[in-house]
Amino acid sequence: MSSLHPPPTGLRFENIDKRYGGLLALRRVSFEIAAGECAVLAGRNGSGKTTLLRIAGQIVRPTHGKLSFPGDGRRPQGHSRPGYVGHSTMVYDELTAEENLLLFAKLQKVESPAARAEGLLLEVGLYERRDSLVRTFSRGMRQRIAIARALIHRPSVLLLDEPATGLDPLGITWLANSLRELNRSGCTIVMSLHGESEISALATRAVRLDAGSVIADTKTGASLRDILMFGAA
Amino acid sequence: MSLLSNTAVLLGKELRTEFRSRELLTTTVVFILVVLILFSFAISPTSEESREFGPGLLWLAILFAASLMLQPCFLREQSNDTLSSLRLAVSDPFSIFLAKLAANTLFLLVTEVLMLPLFAVFYNIPILPELHYLLLVLFLGSLGISIAGTALSAISAQARMRELLLPLLLLPLLTPVLVVSATVSVALLDRQPIVQWKGIAFLGVFDLVFLTALWLFSEYLLEE
Amino acid sequence: MTKRVILAAVAILLVIASAYASFYIAPTERTMGVIQRIFYFHVASAWAGFSAFLICFVGNLFYVWKRKQQYDWLGVSGAEVGLAFTTVVLITGPIWAHPVWGIWWTWDARLTSTFVLWLLYVSYLLLRTLVEEPDRRALLSSLFGIFAFIDVPLVFGAIRWWRTQHPQPVIMGGPGSGLDPTMKAVFFFSAFAMHVLMVSLIVERYALEKMQTEADFLAREVEVQ
Repeated sequence: MSSLHPPPTGLRFENIDKRYGGLLALRRVSFEIAAGECAVLAGRNGSGKTTLLRIAGQIVRPTHGKLSFPGDGRRPQGHSRPGYVGHSTMVYDELTAEENLLLFAKLQKVESPAARAEGLLLEVGLYERRDSLVRTFSRGMRQRIAIARALIHRPSVLLLDEPATGLDPLGITWLANSLRELNRSGCTIVMSLHGESEISALATRAVRLDAGSVIADTKTGASLRDILMFGAA
Repeated sequence: MSLLSNTAVLLGKELRTEFRSRELLTTTVVFILVVLILFSFAISPTSEESREFGPGLLWLAILFAASLMLQPCFLREQSNDTLSSLRLAVSDPFSIFLAKLAANTLFLLVTEVLMLPLFAVFYNIPILPELHYLLLVLFLGSLGISIAGTALSAISAQARMRELLLPLLLLPLLTPVLVVSATVSVALLDRQPIVQWKGIAFLGVFDLVFLTALWLFSEYLLEE
Repeated sequence: MTKRVILAAVAILLVIASAYASFYIAPTERTMGVIQRIFYFHVASAWAGFSAFLICFVGNLFYVWKRKQQYDWLGVSGAEVGLAFTTVVLITGPIWAHPVWGIWWTWDARLTSTFVLWLLYVSYLLLRTLVEEPDRRALLSSLFGIFAFIDVPLVFGAIRWWRTQHPQPVIMGGPGSGLDPTMKAVFFFSAFAMHVLMVSLIVERYALEKMQTEADFLAREVEVQ
């Protein structure tokens, strides 16, 4: 994608704890993703990947610990806030694709919201369906509108939680190409994945979580393959 | 100001969403209608009694309808996790509440205005003479219901049995609105109408108090 | 532990003493007779209940601000104890009304408002049972508790104004309907006794909540192993 991004920004977790009642979902998670990296977060279901990503996306606050975006002197707001793509589209089914993007563009005080919305629709290949209600979209299209929404404010970090789920091979190829282009233009990418795929091939870094703790990291010598396939039956 | 412009944008979204489906409006109108009719079966008032009981029953019907109408308010934002994207997008979470309560007040008022002529006919109560004051009371009362209801629906959306929970939380809380609105309405629709300014002022105070509380706590009500 | 036992013992003694005072020391009221003595329990309970709700409110405010679970324990203790005292008010009201007016209930302003108060805190406790995760439960119930408490003056105000439009028999006579000095003394002693009882009950309920939370925590730790 040709969208210009602000200066490259990394992502740093320092001793992140997250407690839900008596349950410790994350325990002293500390690692750093360098600016411009494309990182994969691996782990079984329930290992804490989603929780960690939601904390990184500033949707959830950690119980203890600090989140920061090194390489960016300003406090996390505006551009420094990551874009977040979760399990849900996080857009309104009863609005059209264009209406949704316009809404979020206006709320985030993006310059020329209408032009921005149109540009994004073109980039994700939804321009022809801009007047259709999101309710009518296929899984692949829902993924695209979710990504478009996440990119509205031109974030320098993009977070994706299991983005390949439910996509057909064409969808996965589209996603891989889009992420590759985004990464090339300077956007730091952190995504959680299961197993190997066209998408995991983009990764320059990987970290594995288990029961809320980091158990392997390519930075400390583990291989990407091992991290992705660790414990696979 | 950022708060107002965000509120305006969000209000546009609320209205557009509702007018596409019109679910809330139609179900609320039908509900109030049914309740008013059932009340008259249960009580079979004479014309004099209607003047005394009618307005109270109208307000009861409005309260019940509102507690149903307010449930989807935050539940709607859960299906696609849009509450998270909204929270990330706006600088002041109060704008989310302001937009919703403005929309809810509007929906309630539209419903009430549609119901008024029917109410006047069924209960044989002329509403035209003091209509402007009646509309003022309807506005202030509906505003109070919306403010409290929007706040509490954010709470009940996060609990189990939310369909039953919202009315249980909301109705005791709205007792002042019911009591005062009904009393003022009865006085307005009396053969010799009186405008009870004390009551009207009280409704204004109620609205202000809860709006302030909502403003102070909006961030926490949306916390995940 | 011993401090709690002493407090409880003192509370019980004070309540017994105030009961004695109500029956034997206070003079019999001229118009209503013996039944008027229930006034000492009725109004004292109302004040103690209200103080308990005030404690709940303070706990709620502090929880939202500081997020320490101790404040949530204080909140639920205040609410439950307040509800207990309020129930006493709602029961003693009719007990007084029946011999005097021949009816069990009038929609008297204070009693009606107390009933709404009762409903509000029942809702508070109900909300708590419907949220499982402890931190979420504490936050949501604290927020509702705050809204409920600020509603209380509005409820009392609205209903009192409503009652001026449609006057009804007032339970226990109007406010300040001539208490003689001995009666006043007995009343304030009763109120004091009820407040000490209230504090003791809150302390006990708080300890119970603390134990329950710690037990739940340990149980979950064991499960994870």
